[in-house]
Amino acid sequence: MNGSEYLALAAGALRGHAARTGFSLIGVAIGVAAVLTLTALGEGARGYVTDSFSALGTNIIAVLPGRTETTGAIPGFGGAPNDLTIADAEALQREVRELLYVSPVVLGETNVSFRERSRRSPIVGATAELLAIRELEVASGTFLPEGPWDRGTPVAVLGPKLARELFGGENAVGRSVRVGDWRLRVIGVLRSRGKQIGIDLDDVAFVPVATGMSMFDRSSLFRIVLKTPSHAAIEPARERALEVIAERHGEEDVTVVTEDAVVSSLTSILGALTLAVAGIATISLAVAGVGIMNVMLVTVSERTGEIGLFKAIGAGRRQILTLFLAESALISGTGGLLGLAAGWLATRGLALAYPALPAEPPAWAVAAAFSLSVAVGVVFGLLPAARATRLDPVLALKGK
Amino acid sequence: MIRLEGIGRTFTMGESEVRALDAVDETIEAGEHVAIMGPSGSGKSTLLNVIGCLDRPSAGTYFLEEHEVSDLSDDELSRVRSEKIGFVFQSYHLVPRLTAVGNVELPMVFQGVGRGERRRRALEALASVGLAGRADHRPGQLSGGECQRVAIARAIVLGPRILLADEPTGNLDTRAGNQILELLDEMNDAGLTLVVVTHDPAVARRADRVLVLVDGRIAHRLKGSEMTDLNAVLGRGEPVA
Repeated sequence: MNGSEYLALAAGALRGHAARTGFSLIGVAIGVAAVLTLTALGEGARGYVTDSFSALGTNIIAVLPGRTETTGAIPGFGGAPNDLTIADAEALQREVRELLYVSPVVLGETNVSFRERSRRSPIVGATAELLAIRELEVASGTFLPEGPWDRGTPVAVLGPKLARELFGGENAVGRSVRVGDWRLRVIGVLRSRGKQIGIDLDDVAFVPVATGMSMFDRSSLFRIVLKTPSHAAIEPARERALEVIAERHGEEDVTVVTEDAVVSSLTSILGALTLAVAGIATISLAVAGVGIMNVMLVTVSERTGEIGLFKAIGAGRRQILTLFLAESALISGTGGLLGLAAGWLATRGLALAYPALPAEPPAWAVAAAFSLSVAVGVVFGLLPAARATRLDPVLALKGK
Repeated sequence: MIRLEGIGRTFTMGESEVRALDAVDETIEAGEHVAIMGPSGSGKSTLLNVIGCLDRPSAGTYFLEEHEVSDLSDDELSRVRSEKIGFVFQSYHLVPRLTAVGNVELPMVFQGVGRGERRRRALEALASVGLAGRADHRPGQLSGGECQRVAIARAIVLGPRILLADEPTGNLDTRAGNQILELLDEMNDAGLTLVVVTHDPAVARRADRVLVLVDGRIAHRLKGSEMTDLNAVLGRGEPVA
């Protein structure tokens, strides 16, 4: 008796109680679909974060005021004995040979207005180099002017969303906007970036870093962003940057982080989260397994006479065991396939509803969910199948 | 063919023991037609189950075709059953979801006979019991007599040496019952050893020999033709076992 014959006999038996089989099948399908959908969401979130960071540019290092190891404070939020200054940024550009671009950055938030239209927006004070570092593109006009970083010219470059909000369909370049108490001339509008993480760069007004520091009355930069020409240059550049700042400040009072490290820790957190939700979804598969066991126990007790007959006409214990395991595995396997289909539909639905989220169940989750569903059928089918094999043929023929 | 030596079978019911068979000695030759009779609880079905290797004796030795089968494992007994013994039950024991031919194929499924060969032999067996035209009917679409014919076809499809029938006409009207008995007689005439458990003297009279069980022992051995009424038999003569 080969596998297909066991399956054919099992399928015939299952068709005999379609409703009961159907409900067990749905239980498994829900479990598998849950594993697929939740892992797709987890992976989607991970993909979203990775994409967003890579959209912000690659091979980027940030120098933040304050040293987390000694102060315990979050970098950039106080605890720094020395200010991080434009002069520090200039020193980095001068002395760290591994760097392609350097841009000091200051951050604030204030009202940006044009005539009667006003919008509260993040203001990023930076230099011309930020365009290359963050891989920004100018839609019209120019980006921030080249030149000495400590000269605060009264100009601004607007993110496309901000420009649209303030100017509607009109051309913003050449117009003046009010940023806080400052009157700035718009010299450029950026192209939309789409995906973002953290600040929405489409809604930002960029101003020269010296302008930004005066505007928000800052003595210290928010950070200095550095870009290296290659991934391999990141580590030597990071070390050299630390040395340069330590030399200037007389102590190591800054934190230098690479965005790679941030992305990798975020993705590993989200990866762990994906595994956790997959684990939770697996519980529903186990519950479905208990359902199958229940159904199979009922089946065995209902078909006691049939089991007795099978034994009388020469079926061995292994054959009876395999037959009933085939039934439970068939329920769980079919449920698994249905679950795959339902999970696929659900992730398609998610992708349609949230196009920014690359919700796609990972191959391992698809394989694991389906294998697990079949395994659940076999494992939870063992007890009822073993009970069937243990039946005494004489008593079983009497239906006892 | 069948040699029983001191066969006993004891069942434990709670704390008490019930002796269903007690020191049964009997030999049934190949090709014989033997009927087993006796009052309710006398051990008729238990004896048939032991002969059919469905049950193991608690005592004694059972030789089937000169091989001792009383201490074989469950799986070895299964193999003996599938190779040598066919069963016919009072309630047919057909699988309701399978067609007549599907039911007849069942023993061959467990024996690993190929699909085409299985179908051919099952149709042959159905034809031999006069049901060639009903192969695709399910048990629910067949009369009692037809169901029992399907069960007989299933019992003979693997070519057993022995056919064991437990009250084969118990659920049938007289006409259908007689047809089944004639079919069994034909098979016996063709060389099949036939052992029938019955409470009906008319059924027993067709046998070569009748074993009458009382309290788990063979109390009387009669020729089939001597069988009149069970009460009359039980009331006369001394036990011979």
